Formats: sequence, structure tokens, C-alpha cells
Amino acid sequence: MHPAFSVIFLTTLIGVGQGLFLALFTVESYAAFGLLPAQDSRFYALGSAVALGFLVAGLIASFFHLGRPERAWRSAAKWRTSWLSREVIVLPAFMGTVFLYGAAHCTGFNPVLAQLPSGAPINVTAMLGVAGTVLSFALFVCTGMIYACLRFLQEWHTPLTVINYILLGGASGFVLATALSALVAPGVTGFFGGWAMILTVLAFVGRIASLLRNARLRPKSTLRTAIGVKHPRIVQKAQGAMGGSFNTREFFHGRPAFFLRQVKWLFLLLAFAVPMGLLAGGTTAGSGVLLLTAFAVQYLGLLAERWFFFAQANHPQNLYYQAVS
Amino acid sequence: MTQLALVIDLNVCVGCHACVTSCKEWNTSGQAGPMSDFNPYGADPTGTFFNRVQTFEVGEFPNTETVHFPKSCLHCEEPPCVPVCPTGASYKRKEDGIVLVDYDKCIGCKYCSWACPYGAREIDEKQKVMKKCTLCVDRIYDTNLPEIDRKPACVKACPTSARLFGDVHDPDSEVSKAIRESGGYQLMPEWGTQPANHYLPRRKTQLRIHEDELVRADNPLKIEGRLPKPAMTEPSLDDVTSW
Repeated sequence: MHPAFSVIFLTTLIGVGQGLFLALFTVESYAAFGLLPAQDSRFYALGSAVALGFLVAGLIASFFHLGRPERAWRSAAKWRTSWLSREVIVLPAFMGTVFLYGAAHCTGFNPVLAQLPSGAPINVTAMLGVAGTVLSFALFVCTGMIYACLRFLQEWHTPLTVINYILLGGASGFVLATALSALVAPGVTGFFGGWAMILTVLAFVGRIASLLRNARLRPKSTLRTAIGVKHPRIVQKAQGAMGGSFNTREFFHGRPAFFLRQVKWLFLLLAFAVPMGLLAGGTTAGSGVLLLTAFAVQYLGLLAERWFFFAQANHPQNLYYQAVS
Repeated sequence: MTQLALVIDLNVCVGCHACVTSCKEWNTSGQAGPMSDFNPYGADPTGTFFNRVQTFEVGEFPNTETVHFPKSCLHCEEPPCVPVCPTGASYKRKEDGIVLVDYDKCIGCKYCSWACPYGAREIDEKQKVMKKCTLCVDRIYDTNLPEIDRKPACVKACPTSARLFGDVHDPDSEVSKAIRESGGYQLMPEWGTQPANHYLPRRKTQLRIHEDELVRADNPLKIEGRLPKPAMTEPSLDDVTSW
């Protein structure tokens, strides 16, 4: 497939926002049970604002993918059948929840609604946090399923696609949370850093699993089934147009296989190996600069990862477009 | 249930592209908007087409065969492009099974084209909406046209009658008979999309001669050879001959 930068930015940016929100609420729920020291509500407000910023940036990026952005509102219509439509509904719902969560922390409006038998309070931000967590995971599933549900794009049609969206988004969000906490809430930097490293390792395992799986794939469709002629040797002599067409632009990445391999090694290095080192150093030293660098490097790695994700998918329609003439 | 479709006979298609130009001419003049071209006479021409004719070479020289392969939307009975559309712009008509795009609802997200394994959909770079074969829906029901003309433009244009049009769910229709009797098949059956359009395979016409057709059956003594040629003055074969 041709990697579109609008979609690359959309999926990586909202992944960061979702992961960051999950990180914030993880700390708040740990603190509610007394497992971590309670944090200043300004930390949550700042974190939510940053998460919201990433989500808005992702939403803006997504509009560049549309031919008719002024009709984007229509895309909420077919949520019964289309994962894209579901994403279009869940993304604003999640953004609204993150906004309310941040606003509740910012204004200090946080009355206790109920109490658990153990005595732990259930307040407004806890309810919003649970809702946001559910929506965040729902959004990961929607985003992943947009690709995983296309059964003839065999590279994508696997549960690993959804799992990797969750793990990669979660890892980048937790890395950003670590960096933020080093700047404003040093008490939880170690906690965030530990989870960021765990998630980065898990994301690495998930991505390696999908790379191994895709390396062993055998295309179900061949030229024989594509045109229905049973002969081992079929060569295309003309594709119906001497110039390019939508079909030659949208479904080919247009780069040599060598370039693809380089991008693969690049993202394995930038998204996993380098950030792990920077995280370990930054967390022990409590250095915000080092941790921000870790986030920036990992984000660049994720851009490369997403580019590779699209470029690697081989659409069966390409069988019809192998030779110009 | 009606399911209109094309049946394309690869045995007769000569690859003349008449269906391509006729389709473009009819549909670019329609009220749904033009099928835009860019640089039509320039270095890098490109444009929107509903139908393309491709050419494949089968086999190895000298035993090769050229297959001209017209390719358009197959109007699948289980269209994978329809459920993925977020706006409902892409839909399959219940009454006749034609898969259509509502150009006023399409947001141009291209997701349906990703979901089509055949590459049948093309975005119109000017109108920024997804376009595809409509089976000339604005033509086949037009009662102002004489009944013989109520067929897709490509079918009318084909000089070798390689394209048949009709209801594949009606067992007595011309297309159903062709599929049944000439080995009609679907493209990429492995995805379960059940394309309504079918293709008829290349066929070799061979003359089969049996032994007993070479030897005169009414020649019990197995004597072959030239028969005596009567002279001009002899009575003709229609009369009584001497032999």
C-alpha cells in the first residue's frame, strides 16, 4: 500500500494521546488505593492537556486524508458495519472525556460520589478516568480493526495488528508520561519509567511477532485466480493505460525492497532499542531532557514503523498492475 | 431477486478497447459528473475509468496465447467494499444487485478501494469522490431509449459480442445459460466475495475424427482406392450407373 502521511500521523499521534491518558489514570488509581503518593491535580490537568493536544493534532491530520473533508460529519453514519465509522464516533467521545477529566482536575471540581467498602473514595475524576480508559481501549481496537478487518490484506488480517496498536500507542504514551513527570512530578517518574520500559519491550515482542508472521505469509491470490487462467506462467503485457492510474498510485509504495529493509531496521532501532537505553538512563538520573529525547526518538521510530506497516501490505489488486506495457 | 451482471467471453475478446472508450464516453457525459482526465495529451496522462482492458500472455514461447482481459466492477453478491464505507455512500441496490456510490455522500476516504481485492474502484481526482462501474444504471432503465439500447454502453460497443448483460439469478437468462453451458467462472473465488460478473474461459475448437470416419463403413472387403470414374458420356450418378 502507499503510506499516506495523514494516516501515519493520525494513528501515531492519537496513540500517544491515548497512552498518555492511560498512564495518568493509572497513577491516579494507584494513588486512590494508597499504592503511590497522591499527585497534585495540576499534574493531571497538564497531562490531560498534552494528551488532548496530541488527539486534536491526530484529528487534524486525519482530515488531510479525505477528498471531501467538509462532509466528514457523514462518516458517523455506518457504525453498525464500519470500523472507520466507529473510530469516528469513539475519537471525539474520548477527546471529550479527556477534556472533562482535565477540566475536573484543573478546576478542582472533584466531589466524592461513593465509597468503596475498603474506604477508597470514588470521585468524579475516577468515574471519568474509567470511562476514558474504556474509550481509549475502544479507540485502539477501532483503529487496529480498520486494518485488521480487511481479510485479503493478509499482512494486516491478524489479531497482532490490534495488539500492536495498543502496545505501541501505550508505550509511546507512557514514555511521554515519564518525561512529563520528570519535569513536574518527580515522585512518579520511576513508576512511569518502569511501565514505559515494560510496554516498550512488550511492543517490541508484538512487532517482532508480526514481522515473523508476515515474513512467512503466502499470498492466497495469484495471477491464476486473478484472471482465472490455469497456467503456471502468465505475464502481464498491458494494464490498460500507458500512464499511471489511481490503482498504480494508491497501492504501491514505489520504493525498492532494499529501502523497505532499511526502514525496518531503522524503526526497530528508533522505536525500541534507543528509547530503552534513554529511558533507563533518564529514569535513574531523573533527567527530563533525556526522557523527552527518548519520547522524540521513539515517536520518530513509530512514524517509520507505521510507514513500514502500510508499505509492507501487499494488496491483491497489484496482481493486475504489474507491467505498463 | 435480480442480480444484474456482465458475462465476459475471453474467447472472443479481441482487446480493441471499444468498451473502454464507449464506457468513458457515456459516463463522462452523465449528470453524475465527468470522469476527469489530467494531462490527456501530456507526458504523464492519467484519468478515471470504470473499465479497462488488460493483456496477459499465457505460456512460454512458442506455445503462447494472448488473453485480453476486460476488468471492471464485478458487482459482488458479498461486496467487501460496502460494509466498510463509513458514510453509507457505497451501497448495493436490493432490487437489482448493482453496487453504486452516492457521489453526494462520499467523503473520499478511499477505504472502500482498499477493501476491494480487484482494484475496481478509482478516485476521481477532480471531484474527489470514489467512482466505479454503475452498469450504466442511467441507461438500462431509460424508457426513452428503444428496448434494444437499454444495455450498458460497453455491451453495446463490443464488436465481437464478448460482453453479455443480464440477470444471473434468472436461470433462463442469456447470461445464466452462458455461465452454465460455457464454464463461466468468477475472479478470485478464494475471498468469498461471489462476484456477479462472470468470465467465460478461452476455448480451443478442435476437429475430432474417429477411425470409422476415415474408413468407409459400407466397404466390407476393406478395399480402398480410387473409384472408377465414369466417362462423360456415361449416365450421371443421379441416373443409373453401370457400377
